[in-house]
Amino acid sequence: MKPLCCLVALLLAVLAGGAAQAHKPSDSYLAITVEGGQISGRWDIALRDLDFAIGLDADGDGQITWGEVRAQHAAIAAYAAARLQLQAGGVDCPLAIGSQLVDEHTDGAYTVMPLRFACPPGGAPEVLALRYTLFADIDPQHRGLLNLRAGSLTRSALFGPQEAQQTFVLAEASRWKQLLDYAREGIWHIWIGFDHILFLLSLLLPAVGVWTRRRWQPVARFAPALWDVLRIVTAFTLAHSITLSLATLGWVSLPSRLVESSIAASVVLAALNNVWPVFHGRRWVVAFAFGLVHGFGFATVLVDLGLPQGALAVALLGFNLGVEAGQLAIVSAFLLLAYPLRRSAFYRRAVLLGGSLLIAVVAAGWLVERAFNVKLLPF
Amino acid sequence: MANIGPVLRYPPAVLSASFLSLVLVTASARAAPFVPAADSQVLATVPARASDPRARELVTLRAAWRAQPDDVGAAVRLAQRYFDEVAAEGDPRYVGYAQAALQPWWALNSPPVAVRVLRAMLLQFNHRFDAALVDLDGAVAAEPGNANAWSWRTAILMVQARYAEARLSCQQMAALTTPLVAVACRAQVDAATGPAGPAAAALRAALQASPGASPDERLWCLTRLAETEERRGAFAAAEAAFREALAIGIPDVYLQAAYADFLLDRGRPAEVLVLLKDRGRADVLLLRLAQAAKATGDRSATSLAAELAARFDAARRRGDATHRKEESRFTLAVQGDVARALALAQANFADQREPVDARILLEAALAARDAAAARPALDWMAASGIQSVALQPLADALGGRK
Repeated sequence: MKPLCCLVALLLAVLAGGAAQAHKPSDSYLAITVEGGQISGRWDIALRDLDFAIGLDADGDGQITWGEVRAQHAAIAAYAAARLQLQAGGVDCPLAIGSQLVDEHTDGAYTVMPLRFACPPGGAPEVLALRYTLFADIDPQHRGLLNLRAGSLTRSALFGPQEAQQTFVLAEASRWKQLLDYAREGIWHIWIGFDHILFLLSLLLPAVGVWTRRRWQPVARFAPALWDVLRIVTAFTLAHSITLSLATLGWVSLPSRLVESSIAASVVLAALNNVWPVFHGRRWVVAFAFGLVHGFGFATVLVDLGLPQGALAVALLGFNLGVEAGQLAIVSAFLLLAYPLRRSAFYRRAVLLGGSLLIAVVAAGWLVERAFNVKLLPF
Repeated sequence: MANIGPVLRYPPAVLSASFLSLVLVTASARAAPFVPAADSQVLATVPARASDPRARELVTLRAAWRAQPDDVGAAVRLAQRYFDEVAAEGDPRYVGYAQAALQPWWALNSPPVAVRVLRAMLLQFNHRFDAALVDLDGAVAAEPGNANAWSWRTAILMVQARYAEARLSCQQMAALTTPLVAVACRAQVDAATGPAGPAAAALRAALQASPGASPDERLWCLTRLAETEERRGAFAAAEAAFREALAIGIPDVYLQAAYADFLLDRGRPAEVLVLLKDRGRADVLLLRLAQAAKATGDRSATSLAAELAARFDAARRRGDATHRKEESRFTLAVQGDVARALALAQANFADQREPVDARILLEAALAARDAAAARPALDWMAASGIQSVALQPLADALGGRK
C-alpha cells in the first residue's frame, strides 16, 4: 500500500473539517412567475456545468468564450427543456426558451434563459407541478433553487434527485376567486333549474296558510308563515347538501336518469299535495326526503363543471353557498308577494290550486321525458 | 499545480483592494443579465482538454466509465480521480461527479469495499460523519489491510473527538504506512489529549528522521507541528514550521488558512492581505481576507464582506449547513451579530469538535455573555485535556475550566 494515499486522506479530512467549501457546489437558479394564465420565468445555469454536460469549450483551450456559448444555444436550450416539465392544473405546458443572455453569480458566469410555458387557456392555474431533473445523472449534488411568484405569493423550493417532483398550490388569494366562481355557478344553476324552483314553490305555496279540517285557511300573522317557510327551506338545504357532498366526493353514486326522473316525480308529488293534501304541516319532512334526491342532481352539474384537484372543498362550499343564495332570493320574493295576497280568492284558487296543478302537469311531462328518454316539452 | 477548477471571469478582482473597480463591475454585472460585447469574450475558465494532461486524463476515464457504467473498476477509477481533484482544488462539484460514477452501488447496504471507502469519503465531505464511519468500519472489517480506510476512519474520529478510538485506529494503520505518517498520526491524538510539548518534539524528531519523505507528507506533518507549537505558545517555532510548509510550494487551503489565523492572532493582518492575495475563491480564505481587510481598514473590506455574505447566502439557499464554522466567525468578527454567531457556533460544535470549533463557540459565547452556551466546549476541554494558549484564556473568562 502506498503511503501517499493515507496521507492525502488525512489531509483531506482536515480539508473537510475546515476548508471543504472552497468554490461552490452546483446550483441552478429558476424563477417562475404566474400572472393570470401566463407562466413565464428565467433559468440561470452555470456555464461550467453545461460544459461538463454537453461540452461548450469547443477548442478545448480551457476558455469558454461568448462565441462558443452562442454556437451551442440551441443545444443548451434543448438539453435544459428536456429536464424541466411544468403542469398547470394537471395539464402539460410545453416550454419555449427565448434568446439567452449571460449573468454572473458567486461562482462564475451563467447562461440566462427566458422561459415561457404554453399552458392551455383557462385562467390562473390553481396548482403547479414541476419536475426537475437537470444534471441528476451527472451530479447528484446539483440542486435547482426555485423562486415561484404567483400574484402576491412567493415560494421557494429546492430540487434535487430525491425531490425531483414537487407540487405547489398557488395563492390563497385565488381561493376566494374560486369560491366566488363556484358560488356564481350555484346561483345560476338554481335560477335555470326550474325543477328545483318548482319543487320549492310547491312546498311554499301553502305556507302563508294552515290546513284546518281539510280546508286551507290564511294565517293571521307573518311569524307562523315565516316559520313554516324556514323549516321547509332548511330541511331542503340540509338534505341536498348531504347528498351533494357525498356524490361529489364519490362516496355515493346513482344513475343520472334515475336521479332526474325522481326529481321530476318529487315535483309532481309536492304539487299534488297542495290539491289533495296528505302531508299537511309536515311538508318539511317531504322537503328533506326529496331534498336528498335533488342533491344528486346538483352533484351532476358540479362534476360537469370540472372539479379542481386540491380545492374540492372550496368548490363544494362555493357551489352550495350559491345554491342557497339563489334559493333565499326565490323564497324572499315568494313571501313578499304571497303574504299580502294570502286572503284573496285569487291566491287560493288561481295560485294555490291552479298553480299547483300546472306545476304537477309540467313536472309529469318531465317525468315522462326523463324516465323514457323522450322529448315532450320545450324546456 | 495545474489549474483545474473554473475561474471567475475576474478572479483576482474580489481579492484585492487595488482591483476594487473590477469588483464593482462584477457586482453590477450580477444585477442584470447582459449580452457580451464580442464573441471572443471569455466568460468562464474550465480544465483545458486540449493541453492539460490532468484534464485529458479525466476525459479518458470518463469516456471509459460511460462506455461501461456498470463496471465497478472503471467507476472507482473515475470517482477516485474526481476525488483527487477535490484534494487539489477544494472544489465540491467534483464530489457530485464522483457520486454519479458510483450511482449503481450508491444505495446498496454493502457495496464492494473500494466503493464503500469512496462513499465514506464523499459522505464526510458533506459532514455525514456517522454514515461515513459505518462504511469505513465495514470496509476495514472486510479488508483489515486497507490503509486508506483506516486513515479516513482516524480523521473522522478526530473530528468527532473520539480520541481513544482514533488512537487505536492509528495503531492499526502504523504497520501499513511510513514511520513518519505513523508518528504524525499518534502525535496529533497526543496533542489533542494532553500537553503539546512532547507531541511537538515527537513530530520534529520524526520529520528529521525522514529526510526522504514526500512533499505531501512533509507539508502535512509541518502543518501539524506548527499548530502544536502554536497551541503551547511557542510562536517563533510555530511560525518557522508554517513558513517551511509554505515553502514546499504546494497550494494548500488548510495550511494557508491556519497561517492566516496565526497572523491575525499575532496582530499582523496586513501580512494576511499579501499571503492570500488572489486566493479568495475558497470561502475559508476569503473569510480571512475579509477579517484582515477589516482589521487594517483596507478599502476592500466592504466588498469582501459583501462577497462572502453572498456566498453564505447561496449556500443557505441550497440547504447547505456545512458552512457554519466559517459563517459563525464571519457573523461575529465582521458583521457583529452576536446572537446569530452563537447559534451557528453551537450548531457547528454539535457537528464537529476540533480545537478551532471549540474556539469559535467560546468566542461567540463570551461575546454574548452566555457562559451556559459555552458548556459543551468547556466540557470538551476538560474531558480531552488539551493544552491551548488560545482556548484557555477564553475558558477562564467564561468562568473557568472545570
